[in-house]
Order: sequence, then C-alpha cells, then structure tokens
Amino acid sequence: MKDVKSQASKNAAPGKQGGLNAEIQSRIGHQLRAMYDDVVRQGVPDRFAELIRKLDVPQPDPQLGDTGDQAVKNEGRD
Amino acid sequence: MPLTDALRDDILASVPSLRAFAISLSGNGDRADDLVQETLLRALANIDSFQPGSNLPAWLFTILRNLFRSDYRKRRREVEDADGSYAKTLKTQPAQNAHLEFEEFRAALDKLPQDQREALILVGASGFSYEDAAAICGCAVGTIKSRVNRARSKLSALLYVDGAEDFGPDDTVRAVIGGSGG
Repeated sequence: MKDVKSQASKNAAPGKQGGLNAEIQSRIGHQLRAMYDDVVRQGVPDRFAELIRKLDVPQPDPQLGDTGDQAVKNEGRD
Repeated sequence: MPLTDALRDDILASVPSLRAFAISLSGNGDRADDLVQETLLRALANIDSFQPGSNLPAWLFTILRNLFRSDYRKRRREVEDADGSYAKTLKTQPAQNAHLEFEEFRAALDKLPQDQREALILVGASGFSYEDAAAICGCAVGTIKSRVNRARSKLSALLYVDGAEDFGPDDTVRAVIGGSGG
C-alpha cells in the first residue's frame, strides 16, 4: 500500500509528459468511454433504421450503361 | 459490392457508434445526427466502392470524419452547445455531481485541437487500432500515436492540474476529489 502510494506520487510529477499519473489516465479513459457509450446505448434511432431500410440503391440499367447520371441525362432530353 | 440485406444490417449496426463519434466530434446532438444521416446517404450511394470483407465501420467513420471536416471548415463551430443540447441527447440525466464532472470533461475535450480530439476518440472510445485510426484520418500510425499522447497530456493538465506546471500533488489530488473545489 505504501509502495503503491509513493509510486503514484512519483508518477504524478507535474509537467513531465512521460510521467502522467496512471490513475489520472485511467480516469480520463473511463470518462471518455462513459461519454461515448451513453450515446451508443441509445441504439439506432427510428429515422436511421427507416432510412437504411427504405433506401434502395438505384441499380444501373445495363441497357443504358453503368453511369448513374444516365437517368439525369434522359430526363433532360425528354 | 451490391447492397445486400446483410450489408444493410451491418451498416445499421454501426449507427450507434457513428452517432457517438459524431457527437464527440461536434459536441452537438442535432448536428451530429445530421452528420450521421449524410454519412449514411453517402455510404449507400457509394456502396459499390466498398470492398467486401474490408472494415465496414472504418469505412463509415472515414466518410463521417471527412464530412465533418469539410463542414467544419465551412462554418466553424457554431454556438458551443449553449442550450445543453448534448446533455438532452442523454436518456438518463446523470446525478448532479457526475453531471458537473461530465460537463467539465466535455469542455476540456472541446479545447483540444481537432486532430488530437478525433485521434483520442477513435482509439480511446471507439476502440479502433492505431492502424485503423491512421487509415481513417489519412495519416501515419506514428502521427496518431503522438496525437493521442498529446491529447491525454492536455486533458490531464486541463482537468487535474489546471494548466499549471508548478502545482504540487496535493492540488492534483484535491482537484481529482473535489472537482470544482467548492
């Protein structure tokens, strides 16, 4: 216990980049993940589930070639 | 590759972490969801450029990160979550003390340079390897490592040493325990 304490205060020497207190670092890691996981736990909002479910990628029509803007060109011609 | 049902499911499964990444980057829940929406639309529109078997989350994160950065350049950060819209995105309000600590952490995170913030989030929260994070950010692995290290040092200084180099351990301990010091 004593050893751990003196070790910790050695690591806590301020201003030393390599000597960042391990406890502080684990605390930062914990807070970062807590912030992040709060959002992750909310799951998938309906708007995104619907968007992904409904949206179909326009399949390129082999007769028109495989460029996606072919349809736009046709529309302009009509 | 074509948009199979399996791929659709995989994209859907990535949405929660995409949102978390977007909120961490932008600090604003509404804007984050717009970013996610734009990311999904762009991903679906370019799905044939996704290599089957490659890392789908990393691909999606790359799209979101690039969208955020081009958007950021355009309008910089707007008002920084002045009305607490980020807090509103949380389903359960944290207890008062925890909430204060959370706000302090959020504020400190916002003070990091963008490069460092995104590197820290990708490695420290999203759980990407240094290699994946480097691919997402389009830089070298060593660059990511040094950004993450600098981000951690800076957060540590902001939160626990209050930016001063000559604070003794007692002050550090007090800051850790007391939070606001009140």
